[in-house]
Amino acid sequence: MEVMPKWAEVILVPLISLVLAAILSALVILAIGEDPVEAVNLMVTGALGSTYGWGYTLYYATNFLFTGLAVSVAFHAGLFNIGGEGQAMLGGLGVALACLLIPWPHWTLALLGATVAAALFGAAWAAIPAFLQAKRGSHIVITTIMFNFIGAAVLNYVLVNVMRPPGSMDPATARFPETVHLPTLHEMLAPIGINFSKAAPANVTFVIALLACVLVWFLLWRTWLGYEIRSYGKSEPAAKYGGISPVAITMIAMIISGALAGMMAINNVMGEAERLVLNAVEGAGFIGIAVALMGRSHPFGVFLAAILFGFLYQGGAELALWTSIPRELIVVIQALVILFTGALDNMVRMPLERLFLMLRRGDA
Amino acid sequence: MNEQAPAIELKGISKAFGPVQANKDISIRVMPGTIHGIIGENGAGKSTLMSILYGFYKADKGEIFISGKKTEIPDSQAAIAAGIGMVFQHFKLVENFTVLENIILGAEDGGLLKPSLAKARKTLLELEHEYGLNVDPDAVIEDLGVGMQQRVEILKALYRQADILILDEPTGVLTPAEADKLFRILDRLREEGKTIILITHKLREIMEATDTVSVMRRGEMTATVKTSDTSPAELAELMVGRKVLLRVDKTPAAPGEVVLDIKGLRVVDEKGVERVKGIDLQVRAGEIVGIAGVAGNGQSELLEVLGGYADGTGSIQVSGQPLDLSGAKSDGRTRRARGIAHVPEDRQREGLIMDFSAWENTAFGYHRDPSYQSGMLLNNTAIRADTEAKMERFDVRPPNPALAAKNFSGGNQQKIVLAREIERNPDLLLVGQPTRGVDIGAIEFIHQQIVALRDKGKAILLVSVELEEILGLADRVAVMFDGHIMGERLPAETDEKELGLLMAGMET
Repeated sequence: MEVMPKWAEVILVPLISLVLAAILSALVILAIGEDPVEAVNLMVTGALGSTYGWGYTLYYATNFLFTGLAVSVAFHAGLFNIGGEGQAMLGGLGVALACLLIPWPHWTLALLGATVAAALFGAAWAAIPAFLQAKRGSHIVITTIMFNFIGAAVLNYVLVNVMRPPGSMDPATARFPETVHLPTLHEMLAPIGINFSKAAPANVTFVIALLACVLVWFLLWRTWLGYEIRSYGKSEPAAKYGGISPVAITMIAMIISGALAGMMAINNVMGEAERLVLNAVEGAGFIGIAVALMGRSHPFGVFLAAILFGFLYQGGAELALWTSIPRELIVVIQALVILFTGALDNMVRMPLERLFLMLRRGDA
Repeated sequence: MNEQAPAIELKGISKAFGPVQANKDISIRVMPGTIHGIIGENGAGKSTLMSILYGFYKADKGEIFISGKKTEIPDSQAAIAAGIGMVFQHFKLVENFTVLENIILGAEDGGLLKPSLAKARKTLLELEHEYGLNVDPDAVIEDLGVGMQQRVEILKALYRQADILILDEPTGVLTPAEADKLFRILDRLREEGKTIILITHKLREIMEATDTVSVMRRGEMTATVKTSDTSPAELAELMVGRKVLLRVDKTPAAPGEVVLDIKGLRVVDEKGVERVKGIDLQVRAGEIVGIAGVAGNGQSELLEVLGGYADGTGSIQVSGQPLDLSGAKSDGRTRRARGIAHVPEDRQREGLIMDFSAWENTAFGYHRDPSYQSGMLLNNTAIRADTEAKMERFDVRPPNPALAAKNFSGGNQQKIVLAREIERNPDLLLVGQPTRGVDIGAIEFIHQQIVALRDKGKAILLVSVELEEILGLADRVAVMFDGHIMGERLPAETDEKELGLLMAGMET
């Protein structure tokens, strides 16, 4: 019998973790002589108090949605893909090539083409570690993290030596043509009379990310392929018995995972910067791990967790801007949330399970 | 009887895990110098009770008296200090250490090994002499057979001056001959005044070895009787709570065409060790062929090759068509398409995904079957409905398709697997250890289902380490030892003794 009801498992545990992280963060802020209530106020108004704040929160959340889904899909196959960072970098390269080399007649086609390119590049970058794992037994955690560094080096080389416009001192590609400009939320919402902030970077990719959530859910719980992925992740001996090929599932799950991570690039490269710069991913690949952990690798959980981390990113930036709380401390707060919701999950779960047991025994 | 204090006395022991009451108000008295059996189905609470006695769990209520003295046992250190020794079902030995090194492990005196080893050698020789437990102290564990390894476990306990020995399912891994030897050792220990608690689910062992026996059912002690005053049938009834048929009820087989034809099959495992060394075997339609043998003599590998998840060389034909033994077409899915169904030996590791619900498990292996699909998606409604029907036909309890596999009892888990495989109406059914960890009530049902499939004219290959099961269920018996088939016998013309010799590798 399950110890805890499902609602406690998916809502109560993360919520309590979050509250604990918030309390600890408050103590840290108090210790450096700032007012935690004021800080929360600033974060909430900064991230959620205006359409400008929302625009940034959703922009960050879009990145985390893609990388969180990427980690989740691999998790379901029992694979720990921590190479989302590198896969998203390479996805950016795919987007840049698609946008610069092909004269797209309209942004919709460009979006389609760039999405395919981003997914292909990301998938290819994940496929190599997947192949090494499936065929040679090289551990995927080691290889994917090494591929982050290789990816960064590849991008560095390509930007400096190949794609940098002649005469430019900046290791970045040329600006993408105006035709591939993706509509921002401001442009999308204006026709229906909502005045969304013009300056915020959130764009149509957010909708694509939501679509990706639904598709991942369908894949995992409604198709035989998802069924095979989940089976393999739960028990490799059982999967073999059931006629599921470990090699095939490892490859397929990692290719889907890499493609999702790569697709993040349509948001940050095509939607925001409109050119490819160095370090465009800014750690979103790693945040994806926390998002997947907190979201229990379920697309809906990933959605909520991505919004939360988007809020923390944007709220943190506001905090750094308006108070004397240093930027580093914001990272500490974000890290506390990751620590409590991800790594220290059992600390909350165990006492809660005991509590539920006591309650149930009281009933009996 | 003299007024001696009992070696162990438990008074009113209760232990609950959440809503499950694993032990309910259990009291027993075991007199010194006796062998006391504890028998019960899986999940009856035997292991929990012994874990309390050995300090792994703390009882919610109740008291423990050792030799008349009230004793608290908070951990296994305290249990050892109280003179309790435990021989686990799965040995806790360091494989690449010598016997002597294993014996002093955790009982070293001081930081230097040499003096401890010298002292242990002397004590060991005395113990060996006293109890007739001969083991070479310098042999490395991995070179010893399981029977010998078990002796090392017993010696370990004796070295720690145990007066009370608890043996948990000690014969599970032994050949009948090795089991006999073990019982002789236990007799000797009893003569020397040791007290022995024997936990088992095998009625025969209880009858053979014990002086008194306690029966457990659903966490309660249903009876404690003198072994000489009871019978296997009575004990079985006490265990299950109703009359059970200990024999398999079946008519003589009517074998037809050859369905499975194995010629010169060899299997090399991942470590490069040859596990199946050229076997020939035929199974005909309408017969059950049983493979007897001690675990680890190549039976598992044979099933794996047939089930399509290990590679082999040689030839296997099913219904006249060759099976691919290595390459793209040698996977479980292709095997199923050829009408081969497989109830694997380890249902919790292979046969089921424990976190998946019953309905997800019912589709397992057949999840790409068109009847389970609608368009590109899985037809979850159809699978659920199918599961519900199967659960009813196989009397799975509780009949709830949404419940995770891990929440069913061993017997009901096996019924889920069996329903999935048998209801595909396969030409050939592979069955490994069909009743391992299954309660007696369910055993009867499982055996009936297997016989029913045979009577429909299907071929069945049965692998079991339980000789009684093989003799009761199979129409023909092949004995495997060290990757070879030592011989084939008809159950009516053989007995456990002859099969036991074959299982030990001796020609008869």
